[in-house]
Amino acid sequence: MSTGQTSSTGVGTDTAHESAVQHVTGTALYTDDLPFRNAAPLHAWPVQAPHAHARVLSMDTDAALQVAGVERVLTSADIPGVNDAGVKHDEPLIPTEVMYYGHAVCWVLGDTLEAARLGAEAVQVSYEPLDSLVTLQEAIDAESFQGRQPTLSRGEAATALDQAEHRFSGSFEFGGQEHFYLETHASLAHTDESGQIFVQCSTQHPTETQEIVAHVLGLPSHAVTVQCLRMGGGFGGKEMQPHGLAAIASLGAVLTGRPVRLRLTRTQDITMTGKRHPFHASWEVGFDADGRLLALDATITSDGGWSLDLSEPVLSRALCHVDNAYHIPHVEVLGRIAKTNKTSQTAFRGFGGPQGMLIIEDILGRCAPLLGVEADELRRRNLYRPGQLTPYGQEVRHAERLEAIWEKLGASTELTRRREDVEQFNAAHQHLKRGLAMTPVKFGISFNFTAFNQAGALVHVYKDGSILINHGGTEMGQGLHTKMRQVAATTLGVPLAQVRLAPTRTDKVPNTSATAASSGADLNGGAVKDACEQIISRLAEVASRKLGVHSDDVRFADGVVHGLGVETDLTFSEVVRDAYFQRVQLFAAGYYRTPGLHWDANRMQGEPFKYFAYGASVSEVEVDGFTGAYRFLRTDILHDVGDSLSPQIDIGQIEGGFVQGAGWLTLEELRWDVSDRESRGRVATQAASTYKLPSFSEMPEELNVTLFERATESGVVYGSKAVGEPPLMHGFSIREALRRAAGAFGPQGHSVDLASPATPEAVFWAVEEARGEPAGDGVPGSAEVPATAALDGASAEQPAQAVSH
Amino acid sequence: MEDSLQITVNGQLKHVTDVPVHTNLLDWLRGIGLTGAKEGCAEGECGACAVLVARPDGASASRWTSVNACLPPAAAFDGHELVTSEGLGAAGDACSQEQLHPVQREMVERAGSQCGYCTPGFICSMAAEFYRPERAAAAENDESQDSGADHECGPNGFDLHALSGNLCRCTGYRPIKDAAYALGAPAAEDPLAQRLARAAPAVPATVSRHESSEFRRPGSLEELLSIYADHPDAVIMAGATDLGVESNIRHTRPRLVLAMDHLSALRGLERTDQHLEIGAALPLTDLERALDGSVPLLAELLPQFASRLIRNSATLGGNLGTGSPIGDAAPVLLALEATLVLTSTQGDRTVPLSEYFTGYRQTVRTEGEIIRAVRIPLPLAPVTGFQKIAKRRFDDISSVAIGIAMDIREDEVHAARIGLGGVAATPLRAHRVEEFLRSQPWNEQNVRAAAELMAEEGTPMDDHRASARYRTAMLRQSFMRFFERTRHQSEIQATHSSGGTR
Repeated sequence: MSTGQTSSTGVGTDTAHESAVQHVTGTALYTDDLPFRNAAPLHAWPVQAPHAHARVLSMDTDAALQVAGVERVLTSADIPGVNDAGVKHDEPLIPTEVMYYGHAVCWVLGDTLEAARLGAEAVQVSYEPLDSLVTLQEAIDAESFQGRQPTLSRGEAATALDQAEHRFSGSFEFGGQEHFYLETHASLAHTDESGQIFVQCSTQHPTETQEIVAHVLGLPSHAVTVQCLRMGGGFGGKEMQPHGLAAIASLGAVLTGRPVRLRLTRTQDITMTGKRHPFHASWEVGFDADGRLLALDATITSDGGWSLDLSEPVLSRALCHVDNAYHIPHVEVLGRIAKTNKTSQTAFRGFGGPQGMLIIEDILGRCAPLLGVEADELRRRNLYRPGQLTPYGQEVRHAERLEAIWEKLGASTELTRRREDVEQFNAAHQHLKRGLAMTPVKFGISFNFTAFNQAGALVHVYKDGSILINHGGTEMGQGLHTKMRQVAATTLGVPLAQVRLAPTRTDKVPNTSATAASSGADLNGGAVKDACEQIISRLAEVASRKLGVHSDDVRFADGVVHGLGVETDLTFSEVVRDAYFQRVQLFAAGYYRTPGLHWDANRMQGEPFKYFAYGASVSEVEVDGFTGAYRFLRTDILHDVGDSLSPQIDIGQIEGGFVQGAGWLTLEELRWDVSDRESRGRVATQAASTYKLPSFSEMPEELNVTLFERATESGVVYGSKAVGEPPLMHGFSIREALRRAAGAFGPQGHSVDLASPATPEAVFWAVEEARGEPAGDGVPGSAEVPATAALDGASAEQPAQAVSH
Repeated sequence: MEDSLQITVNGQLKHVTDVPVHTNLLDWLRGIGLTGAKEGCAEGECGACAVLVARPDGASASRWTSVNACLPPAAAFDGHELVTSEGLGAAGDACSQEQLHPVQREMVERAGSQCGYCTPGFICSMAAEFYRPERAAAAENDESQDSGADHECGPNGFDLHALSGNLCRCTGYRPIKDAAYALGAPAAEDPLAQRLARAAPAVPATVSRHESSEFRRPGSLEELLSIYADHPDAVIMAGATDLGVESNIRHTRPRLVLAMDHLSALRGLERTDQHLEIGAALPLTDLERALDGSVPLLAELLPQFASRLIRNSATLGGNLGTGSPIGDAAPVLLALEATLVLTSTQGDRTVPLSEYFTGYRQTVRTEGEIIRAVRIPLPLAPVTGFQKIAKRRFDDISSVAIGIAMDIREDEVHAARIGLGGVAATPLRAHRVEEFLRSQPWNEQNVRAAAELMAEEGTPMDDHRASARYRTAMLRQSFMRFFERTRHQSEIQATHSSGGTR
């Protein structure tokens, strides 16, 4: 930054020219200097440690520098500011202690990617391997935890369990999920005018990227600008994880004076960046004689990986969603975050909500046969009723929508008839069984952390009437920019084509929150609308003078400005031009803060959410008893998005979220090497060929999505509701249908334990167990040992599956 | 000639200079500013890199064929004609949808893109299917729902398998499927449709050197064998679908890549009284089309073999040449008792496939020897089945693959041939099961006993695809399932006296 100024503050003092130091050192940039400075970028390649946990004893980079085309090796000694990539100060950007297999211990910059890669191969690092904790169970056994351990508590769970008619206990360990955004992490940094850093980054949180680049470089935030054009998918994986990578690119740019491109290969992305948290839950649950939930006492432990990252808020959301859509009078749930030698697990669509909800859905799915209540009916019976409160003390406003959605969806999908059809099909087929299941979703909208619930926007109206919007949100495919254009066009009363979105930049709208928590449209929509309304009120004054009406009687629609009772209309552009000549401000900064939120994170009580999004889904599946392979025959979803801002986009979010959720619960299996070999801690599924996303073949053969009608949400932009995360949990109906189908291979009343993800192999073992086949000889290393939950209430914490998830 | 490679992209001739052999087509395209195609995985799994290439359809016509640009070397496209998503329709300014290609327009209108990163690849895969003559004819005839349309084939003849090699993480696929099924026939004035009526460009001989590495596409088989004899460390390129993964993921940098993909002598399909001979470099899509179901076991295998994008390039020669224990072709070809014709400057020799594999990725091929053809003896065994155990139905690598071919007459087994993949260091024949069944009645009791023997085959391992226990169980189950299916088939034949399966 410029150091030419005196420390004296202000006007009236002699002050050197703002750029004097740059002038005299030849570093002030002029237009024709730029082509020569922004030539071909350097490419960055990491040196990834081959240990799950180790100390770096020494590092020799000389051989790397001998490789043709290698420009520089970035080590911790090069960092001018803070060697930290996170906000918890537990994530060294370039570590001296390797915390997971694949941890980058230095970065090589080369003229080509090939040169950088060969340079990285040539770096000599010596390590002292240390003991490692790779599985969640190992961390629990070693009591390796990090961060806070909050308890969500209401009533007297222990007493209620003692008095419950039915009491069961069990445990459940389930896998995480790789984001697998099609675009891997990418940053391109260059030094801009006067030592400013300009970073183009695939980030959901440009402001935090900016802050971390700044503290790594030892610069104030105003010296760093981050721009995000768009992302090729984010899903939470680019909320926290891009920062360190952007900082490496920026550091390289500062040290070499050349642009630096850092783009992870798919394998680097999978092996270096965080994923959805796997969880372990051990629980006791009590029901009354009618199958109504009385009490839940549980300990849930997430696998946070090597650093805290977003694990604390993820855990909070898991705790706040362990009820899903069900009223549980007595609750005592302890949350813990394990510290393991794995990637730092992070935000992923739903942000702990899906994990919390999966626990209760698994409990209901397992307990229903033992209660003798049909599982869908058990779920319906426990849905929240109006007036009831969540365990954290917030009223479940519009709870009647749950029942309404349940009834409507049940009727539209002919659930009763199809249940009979499925029974007939199953009776007629020995080797194929179908399952049908319905599950609800209730999801709280707002950041649990209250301060994040604010947003800004900058709206420019140019003299020709064209409009440019900046807002703090980022576009990752969710359609936020489309919705913001629609909000602006509607508020300003102009055709959509007149409004253009500019890329998200930290020098346009500062101090933004992550585009996360499904809140992008609510928050930024509020801010865009506020800015547009300021402009409209000024334009209304201008128009009212010309039209000779009161400004309250001016209407803006479709680019036409109309005065009530006046025959001749004006165009929007005319009014804008008049406004300019009358020296009326044609741009505005908008701001929005979500009203009415409060949250006591210590007591886990308050009103953390502005509202709840609701929905339900019905899925029918078919399982092949020979192999455990399955087909998704049909899924129907009825979902509440308030008054949709953009129905095609919202349906797209619902469908995409559902398939992603179904993927998490079925195909998508992350495996780490849990052996004692040298490769211990290595991600085994580190490519598209081994980590399988849903493809066309996993799309239900019939998929029907309907938006819940007459659902205006007051106090949110144009009556809409957030849509990004809640539909992911419709994948539960697939999982529960698979459980039902597997169970159909055995006698009725049998509780089916199903591993998660429910891969064909896992389903096969569930089928075998239902058929009463011996579960096998427990070959060591086999991951899919079926859960053996102690459902008699007596004892035994048994791992629901072995450890390699 | 060196360093004067020429590739026609979107109608413009581009000169390829100073490009390392390991530079794949995708990186080359992006390097010249055609950044529409993207890298999502660099191993031919996600299809974000898909582009169209004009490939021969007989001697005088072409097909627009979708390929993964991330796998083959750029040099392999010397003399070829390519079209990328940018070339399909002019984007023009932001919203001039009039200039969009029909495939692009459908995707825009039906919200087939969200983040958009996979979209250029989907567009190219979809365009290839749009122009596929058989599909275009179906759309032209406006065949309605009853024309064999099901959940994997649209009413317009669109085969959803055309998109099996493209992954989307955002949409859940429904709008993409809707876009695909809404496509009509190409317009008569569509230049890319018109292009199909002319021959694909003749593939020239190519030599491309960069520093110490070299790509060569010899002009004849004789020349190829002669170069290979002199350079036995060369890597032979058939479809490049494995070569590309080796290069991108494992960073292998062969000194010499020798392409055999274009040699017509290796791309034939010939039928004699004794056998069917499949050229080693015939792409699997071409094989599938040429066979047209005439080898039921291959007809069952091929749609499950990787994805359309891969099958458009991959070959049997390549699949067997790598010696991989998990290739899906080997179990089927073992069951069909295939032999390989190996050739070198010393001439041809034939080797039964069952004797070809000698160890993990090791074979009897000697220095300078290539696979010229695969021979399948005729007549075919009448009762066959292929079972692939994998997580995903489209485009997955099998944890276990089983090919079964049996001659059952009046409920007695005359012969059984069973090929297995994924359960040992090499693909193998289940000899003990075959022996056990010979001359035995084909009944449940014997099948159960045979299934138990099946479960003892191989030495399955635990890995990220499946546990050893599951693999073993699947060997057993596959046989029970095959029996169930043969029983079902014979019931159908008994009642309808027609031979369709499923």
